[in-house]
Amino acid sequence: MPSEKVTEADVRHVAYLSRLEFNADEIQRFTHDLNNILLYVDKLAELDTSAVEPTSHSLKMQNVFRDDEVRASLTNEQALANAPEREGPFFKVPQIIQEP
Amino acid sequence: MHLNEQTITQLAPLLQARKLSSVELTRSVLERIRALEPRVRAYLSVMETQALHMAEEADRRFKRGENVTPLTGIPVALKDNLCTQGWPTTCASKILQNFVPPYDATVVARLKDAGAVFVGKTNLDEFAMGSSTENSAFQVTANPWDLERVPGGSSGGSAAAVAADECIAALGSDTGGSIRQPAGFCGVVGLKPTYGRVSRYGLVAFASSLDQIGPFGKTVADCALVMNCIAGRDPADSTSASVAVPDYASALRADVKGLRIGVPKEYFVEGLSREVETAVRGAVARLAELGAEAVEISLPHTPYAVATYYLCAPAEASSNLARYDGVHYGYRAADQDNIIDMYTRTRHDGFGTEVKRRIMLGTYALSAGYYDAYYLKALKVRTLIKRDFEQAFELCDVIATPTSPTPAFRAGEKTGDPIQMYLSDIFTISANLAGIPAISLPCGFAQNGGHPLPIGLQLIAPVFREDTLFRVAHTYEQATDFHKKKPTL
Repeated sequence: MPSEKVTEADVRHVAYLSRLEFNADEIQRFTHDLNNILLYVDKLAELDTSAVEPTSHSLKMQNVFRDDEVRASLTNEQALANAPEREGPFFKVPQIIQEP
Repeated sequence: MHLNEQTITQLAPLLQARKLSSVELTRSVLERIRALEPRVRAYLSVMETQALHMAEEADRRFKRGENVTPLTGIPVALKDNLCTQGWPTTCASKILQNFVPPYDATVVARLKDAGAVFVGKTNLDEFAMGSSTENSAFQVTANPWDLERVPGGSSGGSAAAVAADECIAALGSDTGGSIRQPAGFCGVVGLKPTYGRVSRYGLVAFASSLDQIGPFGKTVADCALVMNCIAGRDPADSTSASVAVPDYASALRADVKGLRIGVPKEYFVEGLSREVETAVRGAVARLAELGAEAVEISLPHTPYAVATYYLCAPAEASSNLARYDGVHYGYRAADQDNIIDMYTRTRHDGFGTEVKRRIMLGTYALSAGYYDAYYLKALKVRTLIKRDFEQAFELCDVIATPTSPTPAFRAGEKTGDPIQMYLSDIFTISANLAGIPAISLPCGFAQNGGHPLPIGLQLIAPVFREDTLFRVAHTYEQATDFHKKKPTL
């Protein structure tokens, strides 16, 4: 095994950040896959980019404004039509603040 | 020739002269779908009743002679990551299995305004993440040329539907090659426009700085006609460009005299199949015979494109896919008594393995301590890749490369090894990183027993020069017969 970039503990932490969960087998497989991919992308380190600006977007655009006008939008019923669970005019979710 | 095998260019005059009705044409497409879908599986849903209704409406337009466009009455297919009001849009994911959008994507609305007929929604890799359409949660699409092989991906359903004459034209989306690679594998024409040329409003987001919607057609001219309809600024997408849209049909001149075709040496390296190399070099020679000048160029950062892409795209995806939380729409895991468990179970059950792999990779690349080493580094190399093209276009007008290193591979061949799958996009990814337009068109066939496999030629142009792509591609197509061959089904 070449030098390890991520451990199973790292993968569990990233899974938590991603709101994903995996069983022991999956953790092992994702650790293996992520290590391989990260070793592959390490080839970028060959390039000296100290004087290079990053490109996050290929077209140079900034401050795209539009007039602040009132326009038609979805009705309450349309917005709720795909809700997994609703109560009256609201989206319903499990309890967020737990009792102490 | 059957109606469903024809092109927009052939059909539009017949429809407009009322020698053919859209209902008749749509029925021929629906019959073909019924006959072939058990083997090809290009569609996730077929809109029979709605299609015939839209065809009747198109026929009324012809009768009245109002609002008639080249796309009026033409049966088209839509990749199932384009929102269609009142019709399911699944992204081939369990998490959106029952999602019915309350609005149309801008491209869908524009096609409707033009009078096009929607026949169905096509299969894809889940959330457009993949190169073979094998990552669909619902079905595997077959390559019409050899049913044992993949159609490419992620827009494999759209490419297969066009190749199998199960529609006249189709829309797909391309983040790292997802239109061009399947077009190449299926022997049809596919265009990824300049970033910002076509509105992304209503395209379910994968990597927002790379995603573009584009057409699949049986000919270059058909792609130009679809682009005339869908290109242009849209107030609903602030990244759509305020750049005038030329008439792409008038770019279809069979003439490449004086144009310089750049051939990048970095694209003809180990791993490229001999048959692909021969076909692509043959295409460049043909263009030279037709009056173009071939020049060798260099795109020195090509070997870094796949690594750059597999940091940028998953980083954006991990952020875009955070919205699938089981609250507003889509799947929700049942019986969870606190909200974190509900989010986590919902995403665990709803997403497939490749989507999870990319969310994990993207979250890692963006996380504290790794951002500079991975994500920021990739954005800087993206600048170098973009600069390579800017410098190359000082020496040439268009670049010619293979679309993919090999013809279509076998189903299951690469599913166990993510990096091998990612490398099948090695020649298409750079155009997305640089934001420039690129087209794939047929340029030959590889031997494969009784089932020859199409080979794709990729042409790449500077920003907003889709007209150059159409001109060169059309000239080549007029001088060759590859686009006229049909798979035996």
